[in-house]
Order: sequence, then structure tokens, then C-alpha cells
Amino acid sequence: MNIAVCVNHVPDTAAKVKVSEDHSGIDTAGAAWILNPYDEFAIEEALKIKEKTGGTVYVLSFGPAENNETIRKALGMGADEGIRIKPGTAADSLNVARALAAQITALDCKLVFTGKQSVDYDNGIVGQLLAELLGYNCVSVAVALQIDGTSVVAEREIEGGREVIQTTLPAVITAQKGLNEPRYASLKGIMAAKKKVIQEVEAVTMDPVVVTQSFESPAPKTAGKILGTDVQAVPELIKAIHEEMKLV
Amino acid sequence: MYKGLDYYSFDSLLSEDEKLVRELVYDFVQADVLPIIEEHNRQGRFPFELVQKMGELNLFGANLPARYGCAELNSVAYGLIMQELERGDSGIRSFVSVQSGLVMYPIFTFGSDEQKEKWLPLLASGEAIGCFGLTEPDFGSNPGGLVTKAEKVTGGYKLNGAKMWITNGTIADIAIVWAKLDGVIHGFIVEKGVKGYSAPEMKGKHSLRASVTSELVFEDVFIPDSNLLPNSRGLKCALMCLNQARYGIAWGVTGAMIACYQAALDYSLSRKQFSKPIGGYQITQQKLVYMLTEITKAQALNIQMGRLKDAGQLRFQQVSLAKRNNCEVALNIARMSREVLGANGILDEYPVMRHAANLESVKTYEGTHEMHTLILGEDITGLPAFDN
Repeated sequence: MNIAVCVNHVPDTAAKVKVSEDHSGIDTAGAAWILNPYDEFAIEEALKIKEKTGGTVYVLSFGPAENNETIRKALGMGADEGIRIKPGTAADSLNVARALAAQITALDCKLVFTGKQSVDYDNGIVGQLLAELLGYNCVSVAVALQIDGTSVVAEREIEGGREVIQTTLPAVITAQKGLNEPRYASLKGIMAAKKKVIQEVEAVTMDPVVVTQSFESPAPKTAGKILGTDVQAVPELIKAIHEEMKLV
Repeated sequence: MYKGLDYYSFDSLLSEDEKLVRELVYDFVQADVLPIIEEHNRQGRFPFELVQKMGELNLFGANLPARYGCAELNSVAYGLIMQELERGDSGIRSFVSVQSGLVMYPIFTFGSDEQKEKWLPLLASGEAIGCFGLTEPDFGSNPGGLVTKAEKVTGGYKLNGAKMWITNGTIADIAIVWAKLDGVIHGFIVEKGVKGYSAPEMKGKHSLRASVTSELVFEDVFIPDSNLLPNSRGLKCALMCLNQARYGIAWGVTGAMIACYQAALDYSLSRKQFSKPIGGYQITQQKLVYMLTEITKAQALNIQMGRLKDAGQLRFQQVSLAKRNNCEVALNIARMSREVLGANGILDEYPVMRHAANLESVKTYEGTHEMHTLILGEDITGLPAFDN
């Protein structure tokens, strides 16, 4: 079976992110970039299935040449082929999903993994859009997965518990932390990955449905106000909640 | 996500795969070494449980050919492995250095095809552990005077003598032992368990406590003909091995420097005395800037040394310069970091005292600071300062 894993190259959220001067995006100078953490679970799950049932794992990434670094990391973990989709002018989630779907169709992948969301814009919808565009079943935020033939049993996190979903291939699974323990690459894996050629294809893009107007940093937090330290302060606090903060 | 120190954009000199190798070892050290290392150091115990994992990651003999199960990396990637391991602990780096540079390298370079086929895959996976016996109780800086002796007997050799300060000795499955055969130094593979061979552990170390250091004792040990390294002849061969190890040390101690610098910087920003964090005082800043500057200089040396090595242009004297310089500044940085941390610096809640203690050994082993000074002195004046 051909398996596709869609991965993203994202700024490390442990680092401080600054809005660029013209407010068109974030200031990428000096930012550290990483493989989107949720995508690591997606890669691991694809590799586990490949080890069990055989097949080929394709790593797809939509983005600039820097994304090759992330594709190489996935290849180092054991994925077979890497494909980078060069972004066109519009890169909203729908265009990303369209570009990925076109490749997945061309590669005839019946099982598709993504992380549950990318930690850059956190829209968390590419996986679901993919399923819709491909006409595949979809389980999002999966924390357990069993595939037997074309039967799929997945568990997903819901408020206060887990939901067990039974469906069939073809399917898109978006991975949540807990799905597995991602493996290390090995040095031999990294060297083997080095020899692989990452195929580069052009994205076919359409007019975006979402256009970002501008980026703003959150307003700096203002200092807290201490109204008092005992029961005497309660009436004043209630007044503040009503009149100043207008919470009730 | 890899976090290092890169004040001069040296990362732009690294290839994608070199960075991936570094990140892999960094992740391993974060997840598997740092959580356990202080306890092992306290107990004076080598973390044996890491050997299999390091084998799976292909950390052993990482610059040797893939046909022996190795990763076939270039020298810069090899150096980065050492750097990241020693950010964890010098003892862990020493284990990998010995296995790679002092056991696998001589078998690969001086061994027969049979020896390579038999031992290199086992050493690469960590199924077999090796050690290297050159230094003797009375011959440290002048190994040419060593007295361990091999005599030809029917079907092999009879080995007598003793070695000292041998990393991994007690836990090793094979020892690469250097002994004089008719007055000429040769390398032999001595296998664990042969009659007359013992490897007692040396106790009481205040340094490299998470590493095994041993004596090797040979009393009429029979070594079959097939265990002579056929292409090893003369002290030069043993010194070639040390040159590999020194190369790794120059990179390795840079990792210890980064660990100590980061501990000092973090602490200086959180520890308040009088009106502000101690990082706001001039004396602390001077220390931090010394560390930053020396680390940056060491990084410059390392990367150029690695590129020269891959181009086949690296002279052993250049390795001496980097080993000598980097060990000295690493020890200075570790001590300075301890000062920044004040009394907290002596606790094993922080890594700096462990690094400082370890680096005392690292400055001395694989050619003392003093011997590297004399190697360089001879190189620039043409006048050897030691007796030949």
C-alpha cells in the first residue's frame, strides 16, 4: 500500500516569534525551524504500518526549499520518497490541501497521515480538507489506530474521554500526541536519506478563500490591580467586574 | 529541536545532513543521557544501558564504511556527534571515542580482512565493546618506552606486561594491546576471558565517574597468530589512533563548554542579588563573554579542522593545537561557570562541577596539555624539547 504523510516545516514555538515590520507575516530572520511536532506522530504511524504490511511511504511537504530539511528528517526516520510542492502565490489552507490532494491522487495513496495541526498558524483543517477533496474517510485527532485490510478502527480524543470510530480505507488520519512514540532517525538513515533526491513539483493554486489582512502582536499585558486583601474588598471587586471589566 | 550556541553563524557552514546528525545526537542526550547521568556519576557507574541504543543510532565508528554496519559519515559530522555527546558527559563521549577511534579505527586500518569482517559489525552495533591498551604505569607521555612484551611461540604469541588508565577495560570484549615484538611495537587483539588476562577496575576517581577505567594485566597470555594486527608496525600506528581520538576530543570538549556556558547564562539571569540579576553585573558579564568568545573560537577551529581532515590535509600538529586549546579553555569555562553559580555550582543539581571534574582528565589524556605544547613547539622551531 502507498502511504502519504504530509509534513510541515514550522517555526519552533519555544522561540519568540516576532511580527515582521510590514505586518505581512512573521519575521523569519533568526527563527529556528522544526518538523511540526504532530507530524512526527504521523510519520511514525506510517512507518509502523509499512513495517507490518509493506508498501511505500511518501513524505509530502508544501513550502519553500527550506522544507527539504524537514523532508530529509522524515526520510532519515525511514520514509521512502520525498516530494516538495513549491507554493504558488496563494497558500491558504484550501490551496495547501488542493496541492497535496493532487499529489496523493497521482501517487495512488489510499492511506494519508497528517499531524492534527501545524503549530505555525494552528488552523488544524488541512487534514479534513484533504479527505473532502479526495473523497476519503477521515479520523481527526487520532490517539490510537488499527488497520486490518481495509478496515480502520481509530480512537480519537473528545471532551472527557475517547471516541472509537470504525471506518474503511481510503482514509485520512490526523495524528495527536499519544498515537505512538516517534523513533529517532539513525545515522545510517540520515546518510541513506542524503542520497535520495527530493522530487519538486509546482503547486496548482486557485484564488484563495482566506486572505490574511495583517498580523499584529497581542497587546502587552497591563499590570494587575490590587483592590484589597480581605473581605472588605469584595464589594469593590463586584463593582469592578460590572463596570470596569463588564464581565457580567 | 536543536539548541546550541552559534554566535558566528557557523551553522551556515554545515550541510543539511550534518545538522540532522547533530540534532539526532542532541535529542538522544536530552532524552536518554541527561536524566540519568548525575545518578550514575554519583554512584561511579557507567550507564551500560545506553550501549545498545547508541549502537542502534549508529554512533560507533560513524565515519567508517557502511559495509561494516557503520554510518560512513564525514569528519565534521563525526565531530558533531562527539560535541553533542560531551554536552551530556565526557565519560559517555569517551566511551564512544574509544570504541570508534581507538578500537574500530585500528582494526579497520591495520587489521586483516578476516579481523574487519569479524569485529567491525559487532563493535558497530555495540554487541562487542572494545578498549585500547597503550599507556603503562611507567610509560605515559613516552609510550615508545613501553615494556609489555610479545614473544613468538608456536601458533601465536605470548604476551606479558601491564597497562594502566584504560577506558572501558573491565567491560571490554576485546582489547587492542600494543606490545613490543623483537623490540618493535605491534598491535594485538586480546579477547576477554583468555587465560592470564585480567582487567581490574581502577577505583577512587574524582573525574570521569560515569566511565570505566581499568588496568590490563597479561601473564603469559597466548594470542593466536590471527589476532596480530598484520599492518601495525611501530609506534606511529598507535599514535595514528590517538590522533583520531584527539580530533574527537577537540570537538567533544566544545560540547562541555556549551553546557557550562548555558548553565551559567541561565543562572545569571534568574539569580538576583542586591537589586538585580547577577547577569547585570560587570564581573559576571566578563565571565560570560569570555565563555562566548572561547566557544566561538573553538567552533571556528573545529569546523576548519574537520574540513581539512576530509580533504586529507590535516596534520597531526594541527590536531594537537585544537586538542590543547579546547581542553584548556573548556576547563577554564567550567570553573568560571561554577563561580557564576556560586555555592549552587558545587551541587549535582547543575552539570558544571561534573564537567569541571571530567575535564581535568580530558586535558590530560590522549596527550597531556604539556606534550601537545612540545609537539607544537617542535613543529614551529624544528627543535624537539623532549628526548627522542
